[in-house]
Amino acid sequence: MYRRDFLKGVSALSVGVGALTFLKSMPALAARNDTLVVVTGTTINSLDIHRSGTNRPSYQVAVNCYDRLLTFGHKQLEDGSFSYDYDNLQPELAESWDVSEDGRTLTFKLRDNARFWDGKPVTAHDVKWSFDRAVTLGGFPTAQMAAGSLEEPEQFEAVDDKTFRIRLPHSSKLTLPDLTTPVAIVINSEVAKAHATDQDPWATEYLHRNPAGSGAFKVERWDSGQQLVYSRNDDWACGPVAKIQRVIIREIPSQSTRRALIERGDVHFSQNIPAKDARELEAAGKVKVVSTPIENCLHVLCTNLNFEPFQDKKVRQAIAYAVPYEAIFNNAAYGRGVSMWGGDSSKPESIAWPQPFPYSQDLEKARALMAESSHADGFSVPLSFDLGQADWAEPTALLIQEALGKIGIKVSLNKVPGANWRTVALVEKSLPLHLENFGGWLNTPDYYFYWAYVKGNLFNSSNYDNKEIAGLVDETLYMAQDDPKYAPNIRRMIEIAIDDVPRIPLYQPSLNVAMQQNTTGYEYWYHRQLDVRPLTLKQD
Amino acid sequence: MVRVPKRLRLVGYRLLQAIPVLIGIVVVSFLLTRALPGDPAVYFAGPAASEESIEQIRVSMGLDRSLPVQFFAYVGDLLRGELGQSISTGQPVLTELTTRLPASLELTGFALLFSIAVAMPLGILAATRPNSWIDHLCRFVVTAGVSLPTFFTGLALVYLFYFLLGWSPAPMGRLDILYLSPPHVTGFYVIDALIDGDFETARAALAQLILPAVTLGLFTLAPIARMTRAAMLQVLEGDFIRTARAAGLSGHKVLYTYALRNAILPVITTLGMVFSFALGANVLVEKVFAWPGIGSYAVEALVVSDYAAVQGFVLSMALLFVILNLLIDVTYTLVDPRLGMED
Repeated sequence: MYRRDFLKGVSALSVGVGALTFLKSMPALAARNDTLVVVTGTTINSLDIHRSGTNRPSYQVAVNCYDRLLTFGHKQLEDGSFSYDYDNLQPELAESWDVSEDGRTLTFKLRDNARFWDGKPVTAHDVKWSFDRAVTLGGFPTAQMAAGSLEEPEQFEAVDDKTFRIRLPHSSKLTLPDLTTPVAIVINSEVAKAHATDQDPWATEYLHRNPAGSGAFKVERWDSGQQLVYSRNDDWACGPVAKIQRVIIREIPSQSTRRALIERGDVHFSQNIPAKDARELEAAGKVKVVSTPIENCLHVLCTNLNFEPFQDKKVRQAIAYAVPYEAIFNNAAYGRGVSMWGGDSSKPESIAWPQPFPYSQDLEKARALMAESSHADGFSVPLSFDLGQADWAEPTALLIQEALGKIGIKVSLNKVPGANWRTVALVEKSLPLHLENFGGWLNTPDYYFYWAYVKGNLFNSSNYDNKEIAGLVDETLYMAQDDPKYAPNIRRMIEIAIDDVPRIPLYQPSLNVAMQQNTTGYEYWYHRQLDVRPLTLKQD
Repeated sequence: MVRVPKRLRLVGYRLLQAIPVLIGIVVVSFLLTRALPGDPAVYFAGPAASEESIEQIRVSMGLDRSLPVQFFAYVGDLLRGELGQSISTGQPVLTELTTRLPASLELTGFALLFSIAVAMPLGILAATRPNSWIDHLCRFVVTAGVSLPTFFTGLALVYLFYFLLGWSPAPMGRLDILYLSPPHVTGFYVIDALIDGDFETARAALAQLILPAVTLGLFTLAPIARMTRAAMLQVLEGDFIRTARAAGLSGHKVLYTYALRNAILPVITTLGMVFSFALGANVLVEKVFAWPGIGSYAVEALVVSDYAAVQGFVLSMALLFVILNLLIDVTYTLVDPRLGMED
């Protein structure tokens, strides 16, 4: 018996013990189709995205319970599913905004009717306090704000109650998109200040447990390690009020259990399912599966230039010709995602990113390149991957190990536990050959190149150092996309990346979700969190 | 009577003995967590952290201080009853332990009840009829129970009783979505709901418990059944049993009054060991059934080098072991009068 049938049955009993105890249970959860149940494998560890130690799955609270100044519109993709639209900035808390001639002063007019949950109007002072907090607390929020050139409290000014101004050291195309990220939320500063202490001037302890926002949903209940329950804010002013009254996010660590729950119809939505399940569930046809290629994200094989043989470009190219791309795409990605091999030319024509590199498996060519290289006799190297990513990384590594063996490179596998991964791979950058999966939130190629191809930056785990790319990134990062120099610069970056291949793209992964047939309105977002605001349940 | 103060003395003596053990555990758990690979500051600095932001996190976590300074700060906190804040779950370790330990205890307790109910009769029957079909059945159950990994049994049971048959409620933790947790008294949902007089919730909590408890129980019944069988076999060969039989006592009385009572001591020892072992080792069962227990908490904490949580877990488990051993020792003196007469 499915839960919904059960609910109907119970509500049909107007009297009786069953119905009475039901009232004692979740109030108002009964038969109406307005409660959505979501399962996820990860745990939410804070309701405050600015706090240090807040993990990724917790960002969804910022998305659903808080408002930002700006948001993105949405677009329909080729397969009929919906995605946010990077090229379509929309107002959220701001009613309108104005960019000065030199692009260095941004002025936002706030909505008149926007109120926090406690009824207090949202003012520019709240925006200022929240932004000050994000750039001061350090850690991830500060780094993400800095990506939009928002670094100092002095840059933010509350001109009057409804006018907020940002001053930039230079104009940047990344600032406005950065204001849509889950980090740039607006917090009820009066509630927060009332709970601030001398040791904790930004009320991190209070907001950690008690969100104070103006967003579409409030947190009704948080049982750490078990569930988070959102309830709708009926007075939300920054968008259409949600159709669903309540959303229950249940944490179910075992993927097999999550799959059983969605297949049996006891839950409505399963967030971030493995590619293998996505394929099988789709084939079974009972539930809807949506796979969206993750923008600005690549699964790559990185050759670390600190490892002597990889300093030879011929060795790197030989590897790029030896990788069994198609087998990886079929056996690790289960055909979900976008292929990134077999491109037409080594001179890119478009500035689309990611785009296929002109490599494909050609062992003859790979052997020839190895023979020409300074390591014609081959060498041994460990191939490392993150155990937390084992679902795709392990089959990928095995296939690469086998293929590289054929061109004289003896590969051993090195599995690194999740917590250790960031330290050895990204901070120390000490892994000779490894699998990496960086994706940039802000969807421009130069943003990807900034993080992944510039010496010293976090995701450049190859220790790749190229003066020209660094110069191009420097010149392009803040440049407007319609600048005449923008496209040639990007094309040149991609061309160097293709020729030098310090990072060998394997494929562009996709974000897979499964939902019941009656659940509609799902939208893909770059932050990969579930935005519950547009979701609806069809009455059946 | 002299026996009562003697027993008290035993308890006091045992508690005193536990002190050096606990001190040792505090030191070792502190050092071991620091020896874990991985840098928590890097991990918790988040996806796009820069050098400075990692450094800021390190300072805010107090990890920039030297080891002895960190250790004394930790001991100072412990003395004030503070176990620190778990970074991976964002909750105070003490809160986590007090909510998760009852969940694990409830699960393990029910699993053990199931185990005993199945394993002891099985063991006794197998011992009284060696090499009969029941002995073979016992051997089969024991071997299967040990050799099947718990996550496999768990998933198989979920597949059969939830997915195919639909008899069992959705494996979504301690309570179905429809119910609210009962007011906190003991932390055991079934008992708390009964105290509250809410039979519906108690029934629901019990229904959630059955599959995970059986899964864990299947795993733990092996040592209990084997130990019961072995101990019974040994006792049944004893002279006093032959004498009792020769004296014409009924088979029932011989078996349960004389044989079982003498065979029960090693079984109790095994029970204690199995209980404490199962409490920490039911991680996989907890994962499959989304059970918010202490095992999965500890493993998650270990994976992300969450020092405070790991230390708190080790310490509380150590305390539990001490208490459990004490309880077993005291139970011995109740079961076996010889022990009470000594010293």
